[in-house]
Amino acid sequence: MILFENVSKKFGSTLALDDVSLEIKQGEFVFIVGPSGAGKSTLLRILTREIQPSSGKVMVGGIDNTKIKDKDIPSLRRKIGVVFQDFKLLDDRTVYENVALALEVLGKKDTEIAKLVEHTCRLVEIWDKRNLFPRQLSGGEAQRTAIARAVVGKPDVLLADEPTGDLDPKTAWGVIQLLNEINSWGTTIIMATHNQEIVNTLKRRVVVLKNGKITKDSKEGKYE
Amino acid sequence: MSRSIFYARRNIRRTPFQAIAAIMVMFLTFLSLLTFILLAAGSELALKYFESKPQVIVFFKEGTTTQDIQIIENALKQENRVTKTKYVSKEDALQIYREKNKKDPALLELVTANILPASLEISTKSPEDLAPIADIFKKEPVVSEVIVPEDVVQTLTSLTRIIRVVGLATVSFLMVFATLVIIMIIGFKIRLRRNEIEIMRLLGASPSFIRNPFILEGIFYGLAGGILAWTLSFGLLWYFTPFLQGYLGEVHALPVDPLFMLILLGSVILVAFVIGGLGSISAVKRYLRI
Repeated sequence: MILFENVSKKFGSTLALDDVSLEIKQGEFVFIVGPSGAGKSTLLRILTREIQPSSGKVMVGGIDNTKIKDKDIPSLRRKIGVVFQDFKLLDDRTVYENVALALEVLGKKDTEIAKLVEHTCRLVEIWDKRNLFPRQLSGGEAQRTAIARAVVGKPDVLLADEPTGDLDPKTAWGVIQLLNEINSWGTTIIMATHNQEIVNTLKRRVVVLKNGKITKDSKEGKYE
Repeated sequence: MSRSIFYARRNIRRTPFQAIAAIMVMFLTFLSLLTFILLAAGSELALKYFESKPQVIVFFKEGTTTQDIQIIENALKQENRVTKTKYVSKEDALQIYREKNKKDPALLELVTANILPASLEISTKSPEDLAPIADIFKKEPVVSEVIVPEDVVQTLTSLTRIIRVVGLATVSFLMVFATLVIIMIIGFKIRLRRNEIEIMRLLGASPSFIRNPFILEGIFYGLAGGILAWTLSFGLLWYFTPFLQGYLGEVHALPVDPLFMLILLGSVILVAFVIGGLGSISAVKRYLRI
């Protein structure tokens, strides 16, 4: 599904990723852990082709995303849903409109959009908040909206960059349960996090990054 | 495309003051353009009228016989520079005088055919031929007066030229200005929506999905300003037609030909489309790096 082969990324003289090789299979739930500046976000940004690696190969669904042309980047991103720590919701749009945006960019028809948005919003339990704006939502509701937007287009992979970073423990746990459920549908989930408790409780694959290098990759790992 | 139109409409609705400012600038540009075009067309018609009218009018002395005038008219027919001659007898002159002053009986009372001179109206091929023809008649003993409206034509010719030059310069400047305003407003909106654009990119929006609403917005400003300016100029022209007709006299420039106004509307739409499109495409290329 996803393959990093000797991937390195330099920002000026700083080495953000150093010869990273990693394979993630379809349907896996993988935690990427490590201290700030370890290269977690860089890894995720390379996957979405926000940035190009300095060297190495990155395969997503059998396609080398370092070699695809600029015009093919949107197609790549449609296969990947992204959830951010700061939600990145549009303040001037309602919950419904924020979720619908992901389908609008795919060119879906309004009737189909209405159906899928309702279905997804009900799944993440924000349907009754559909007419509210992001500023009227709690942190948990905002993150659920962001998750709904990320999964409504049925991506193959969901990237979550510190999705619980700004949430209280109870709400954070609710978000994780939701991601776990999404994973049970067959969606591959890659989550960058600092949250030791969540990683240790869920007992999923853990990849530890330190100074841009993978120092540990364990199947039912722990965040030590 | 319908999605792009929907997004463009929403962008316009959410920043109404910028939209009004952009439309106003486009409106002023097109109002100036239309004013100069209408002035140039009007002065062109006036010029044509004066050029086609009998340009040299020769009045004959009392006692000149019809035969004398006939000889002169025959001689003129041999002249290459003359396109047409028209003899106006004393009775014809009285008829014309009565027609022109029919609303003022006091002016008609004492006037008879005897006090009005017979005349010959001579049209020439070009305004340059006026003076030599007039000179020939000035030497004729039977001629009492020669009127040459050469000055009117010269004034009109230079006026038309000035309108064209000043109009072209002003309109060119305003068009550049309008394009820059569109670039500025669309550029500003792109910066304002940077966050939204970034999210759209991450969601896999194609470049055209992101760009098209901005381009459509620029085109809308151009079209709205242009059509408003055309509507106002057409309305004003229609409203003032009776007044202007009295002022223009025999120059039949009004009422303006509807076909001419429709052609003008088509041209305005085309130019507005180009300015709006060009401005917004430039802004998108400059500020929206996808």
